[in-house]
Amino acid sequence: MKKYKALSLSLLIWGSGQFLVCRQKIKGLFFLLLQLLFIGIELFSGYWLQYAGGLISDFSIRLHGGFFTKGIWGLITLGEKIGGKYGDHSTMLLIRGVIALFVIILFLLVYFWNLKDAYCSGLQIDRSGTYTDIKEDLRRFYSINFAYIVLIPIGIAFLFIVVMPIVFSVLTAFLNYNRDHLPPGKLLDWVGLANFRKLFTVPIWSHTFFKVLVWTILWTFIGTMTTYFFGMLQALILNHPVVRCKNVFRTILILPWAIPQMVSLLVFRNLLNGQFGPVNQALLNLGLISENIPFLSDPFIAKLSIIIVNLWLGFPIFMVMMLGVFANLDQSLFEAAAIDGANKYQSFLRITLPLVFQATAANLIMSMAGNFNAFGAIYFLTQGGPNNPDMQFAGSTDILISWIYKLTLNQQMYDIAAVMSVLLFLFVGAVSFWNFRRTVSFKEL
Amino acid sequence: MKKKLTVFLLHAELILMSFIVLIPVMWIILSSFQRGSGPPVAINLKGLTLDNYNRLFSETSYFLWFYNTFKIALANMVLSVLLIMITAWIMSRFLFRGRKAGLMAIMILSMFPTFLSMTAIYTLFLTLGLVGKSISLIIVYAVGAIPYNTWLVKGYLDGVPKAIDEAAYMDGCTRFQTFRKVILPMSKPIITYCAVSQFMLPWMDYILPNILLSGDRSRTLAVGLFALINGKESINFTVFASGAVLIAVPITIIFIIFQKYLVQGVSAGADKG
Repeated sequence: MKKYKALSLSLLIWGSGQFLVCRQKIKGLFFLLLQLLFIGIELFSGYWLQYAGGLISDFSIRLHGGFFTKGIWGLITLGEKIGGKYGDHSTMLLIRGVIALFVIILFLLVYFWNLKDAYCSGLQIDRSGTYTDIKEDLRRFYSINFAYIVLIPIGIAFLFIVVMPIVFSVLTAFLNYNRDHLPPGKLLDWVGLANFRKLFTVPIWSHTFFKVLVWTILWTFIGTMTTYFFGMLQALILNHPVVRCKNVFRTILILPWAIPQMVSLLVFRNLLNGQFGPVNQALLNLGLISENIPFLSDPFIAKLSIIIVNLWLGFPIFMVMMLGVFANLDQSLFEAAAIDGANKYQSFLRITLPLVFQATAANLIMSMAGNFNAFGAIYFLTQGGPNNPDMQFAGSTDILISWIYKLTLNQQMYDIAAVMSVLLFLFVGAVSFWNFRRTVSFKEL
Repeated sequence: MKKKLTVFLLHAELILMSFIVLIPVMWIILSSFQRGSGPPVAINLKGLTLDNYNRLFSETSYFLWFYNTFKIALANMVLSVLLIMITAWIMSRFLFRGRKAGLMAIMILSMFPTFLSMTAIYTLFLTLGLVGKSISLIIVYAVGAIPYNTWLVKGYLDGVPKAIDEAAYMDGCTRFQTFRKVILPMSKPIITYCAVSQFMLPWMDYILPNILLSGDRSRTLAVGLFALINGKESINFTVFASGAVLIAVPITIIFIIFQKYLVQGVSAGADKG
């Protein structure tokens, strides 16, 4: 029963089952090396050897622990000694703790992989009664695990650059990380759900959150729908058989999409300036208005301005998309409808529209998710302004994401910002997930 | 008669829209040639001058910002395309345990705006001692590009018949040879899309470069440009305009040249529905 033998050996010393029982030396050594690496990191990044040699009398994990033990200690306590040169830096401890935790999980996965491999190799020998030679075995190992071997380096980079920061942000939501507790001067503490409670029960926070959320949802919905339908209208007009110079018009109308958004937005910010903006001046000179319109400084008009500027920026994407969809429509449907006596409007309403909706539904949802987080569209145009004194650090046109940005960069309210990031992530993630579940691309996975 | 009216109305609408699109564009271009420093209220076509461009090069580090950004854009383009293609190829062609979960996970994670985790990213690079170095931004961009683009390219590769790979294997190609000689040449359009979109990303991205590369010497263009106009609002508007025009024109031209591919990339999900 080599499978149990190999398994039990590999339980303690990684790869030993493969090495001794299954005679797969290289593979066994590979696993053993990883185990030695794991132990080595801990031993040599800490002071365990000196401790074992009796050189350290007042041993503590805080001062003498290795990469893993100190990491986990930091994650749990977030530091014990305040400030100064020799104090603990909670944020650093948290990041290192999360990194240590990730590395431990990676090694655990390797450990289980080693167990599974030992068992399977043993099973193979039990069944066939012969040992595989090294070359043959390595070839099989590489062949079976090819996808993992290629993806692991990319996956590790992904884990640290994308996943780790997200985990950090989520954890921040459960800390008292704000202006009053800034490392390295102060230590941080785990506060459980206090920040969530604060956001929903402290009137100024909940009131601001609610107002910002309502505007964010309104903006997402109106901003997406106006660009969608206006893009469709432009595509229909461009597609009309009588239109000349289609390519010239198409190229011009694509410009707002082609020009870098930030430049366009900053241009509009100056064009619409309430005091000496060219738009106001032109309207004054034409005698259409008698005094300046506060395009960006009146709460309501600023919102309108944002929607209209966004329409200018956003319609080309949908226009181009719809042109593509129109080109792919099955013409025989329209011929059949014409034979059945449908007029142009009926065939548009009953055939074109449903097909276009079906073809662009996924993009519409993705665009909504994008607008929900359209930081630039707000920040570069109004900076979230005009200021609103009865809101907590938010302006009248701030959407959640630009408010979070202000809370983080200007107010150093990392904890509340993190709580909102989590809520926002849950919302957008859920919508996208639901959207993907509906689409064919998921079923084909 | 009715047909004539339709023709007139349609063209009138298109011409009007073209004006609405072009006016802001013309205004910023002409602003960059105006005398004075504030946003011009009325464009003066007689006194056009190159002063602002001279000031841009002499008084700001524009050229350095341009060079920084170009370096990042190029490196990001190469690295992202490599990472995206390999990941998407594995996801499309190999069945392994955890594949579906992995795809789902990267999908959801790509919904988390990168800059919400800026504090963590900053601290991470601070720990690694890479804040202020271009490499930090390149890493974040390239790895951050994986989720969305992997889905896109995987969708494209799923449409390429597997029989072609099989034929290559029959001819004795290894997996990587097949990837290089079959998959990559077959995916030119989607590679072009990824390459162009990744190349363009750093030019106008603001938040992350602002956090990771805030010094004047290491700045990217967007951060530098915004500094010209922000706070000191209209003081330097015409200089800002010249900087904006110098960068927006090449980007727009690149966009128009590659629009076919960019449009494909955007509407890749459209015909699936």
